[in-house]
Amino acid sequence: MVQSQTPIVDIRNMSFKRGNRTIFDNISLTVPKGKVTAIMGPSGIGKTTLLRLIGGQLTPDSGEILFQNQNIPTLSRSKLYQARKKMSMLFQSGALFTDLNVYDNVAWPLREHTQLPAALLHTTVMMKLEAVGLRGAEKLMPAELSGGMARRVALARAIALEPDLIMFDEPFVGQDPITMSVLVKLIDELNQALGVTCIVVSHDVPEVLSIADYAYIVAGERIVAQGVPTDLRANDNPQVRQFINGEADGPVPFRYPAGDYLTDLVGTRSV
Amino acid sequence: MVLTVFAKLGRWGIARCHSLGRAGLMLFHAIVGKPEPLQQGRLLLRQLYSLGVLSLLIIVVSGIFIGMVLGLQGYMVLKTYGAETSLGMVVALSLLRELGPVVTALLFAGRAGSALTAEVGLMRATEQLSSMEMMAVDPLRRVVAPRFWAGVISMPLLSIMFTAVGILGGALVGVLWKGIDAGFFWGAMQSSVDFQTDLVNCVIKSIVFAITVTWIALFNGYDATPTSEGISRATTRTVVHASLAILGLDFVLTALMFGN
Repeated sequence: MVQSQTPIVDIRNMSFKRGNRTIFDNISLTVPKGKVTAIMGPSGIGKTTLLRLIGGQLTPDSGEILFQNQNIPTLSRSKLYQARKKMSMLFQSGALFTDLNVYDNVAWPLREHTQLPAALLHTTVMMKLEAVGLRGAEKLMPAELSGGMARRVALARAIALEPDLIMFDEPFVGQDPITMSVLVKLIDELNQALGVTCIVVSHDVPEVLSIADYAYIVAGERIVAQGVPTDLRANDNPQVRQFINGEADGPVPFRYPAGDYLTDLVGTRSV
Repeated sequence: MVLTVFAKLGRWGIARCHSLGRAGLMLFHAIVGKPEPLQQGRLLLRQLYSLGVLSLLIIVVSGIFIGMVLGLQGYMVLKTYGAETSLGMVVALSLLRELGPVVTALLFAGRAGSALTAEVGLMRATEQLSSMEMMAVDPLRRVVAPRFWAGVISMPLLSIMFTAVGILGGALVGVLWKGIDAGFFWGAMQSSVDFQTDLVNCVIKSIVFAITVTWIALFNGYDATPTSEGISRATTRTVVHASLAILGLDFVLTALMFGN
């Protein structure tokens, strides 16, 4: 148990601005090793940005992002690429290579980073595809896959190098209920069977809470609540309640911040 | 009023410098680094095929026609002075010094440059570049570098091909159709074309154009706004910027090479 308490990702007092808009204001969060950590929140508050910050594709304005005790923003280019071999990310679109078929997509990271003999490469790819239930689809091109299948292929590719950490960017968005539960099952199995640490960014509350060991709710530039799923469901902070129960208006405003409505309609002419 | 104009101008200038800097960094990171001959060789070969070999048709066909037009026009002008026997010289020199490298570069920008921008831009828009990065593979080395080298290697070869085919086209019109004596035609060419000033300069010009066109195309794709409109704008920008850069640089190079 002691080992599972060590955080694999540790974000300390991190702030991030895009232009003049603050996305994160001094947030801290930890992702314990071997667990499923959920990051939830309304759309457009920078959940994906958070994953890109952990992956080193964006640099925070201040604060530290530790991945396996290495501070990602300060790493050199080559060190960063070394660190990225131990993490992988599942993009919302799947981001499969459109000119390669399913088999080659899954084999791609292996061919790039290892010198596996052909037979072993084949076995590994087949095992990964079997794990997501798509061994029969190896010859298909990405354009021939449904959204859910593309995401599963992307998952197979993401686990090809057996990373320590997988980040899921909105894995359930736009999926039918069956695919959704397939994905939930897959994430859960990955975590249970292989002990892979998972970060799931999502706003599909019931699905995420069903697999998460710990969850953070991000809203309005900071973390508004955190805890194990049962705690969050019982949380009485109005902002959290609004989000978990899916109410249209509340502390999280329905409107994007805007200037005076009347001024917008009649212009700045003095009345 | 005047101030806002200046402010706008300044902002525009800073933005241009900024993107020039980013373009430079992109190229630097793409081509500087540990070479991996086997892996990069295979990628390079594939790009050489799609940029070079697939551009051959348009280059050869345009070369023949430009050579034939040049031969015909040259013949008609020279005939008024009774100097049609120097047609070979006119055709060879104008192709080697100007038309070969310039027209090839313009055609290459339209045929291969736009394709490069669209391809890289779409890879960006569909997050393929991002996912490569997250799989610990540098897209600059994997995607940009082989395409850059393929452009730089194939364009000078295409220029030479264009020039050669153009000269044949000129000969077709001059010798076969207008009946200039083949000995005079080729003799005039042989005595006037100089290896150093004409052939070497032709290759230098087309190497410079190759670097410019490929760089512009790759950067526009890499930097494209990831929307369909953004990619369409990036593609247009590639063709426009590359063409202008080719013509501008051509003047500079010509002045340096043949100015005095």
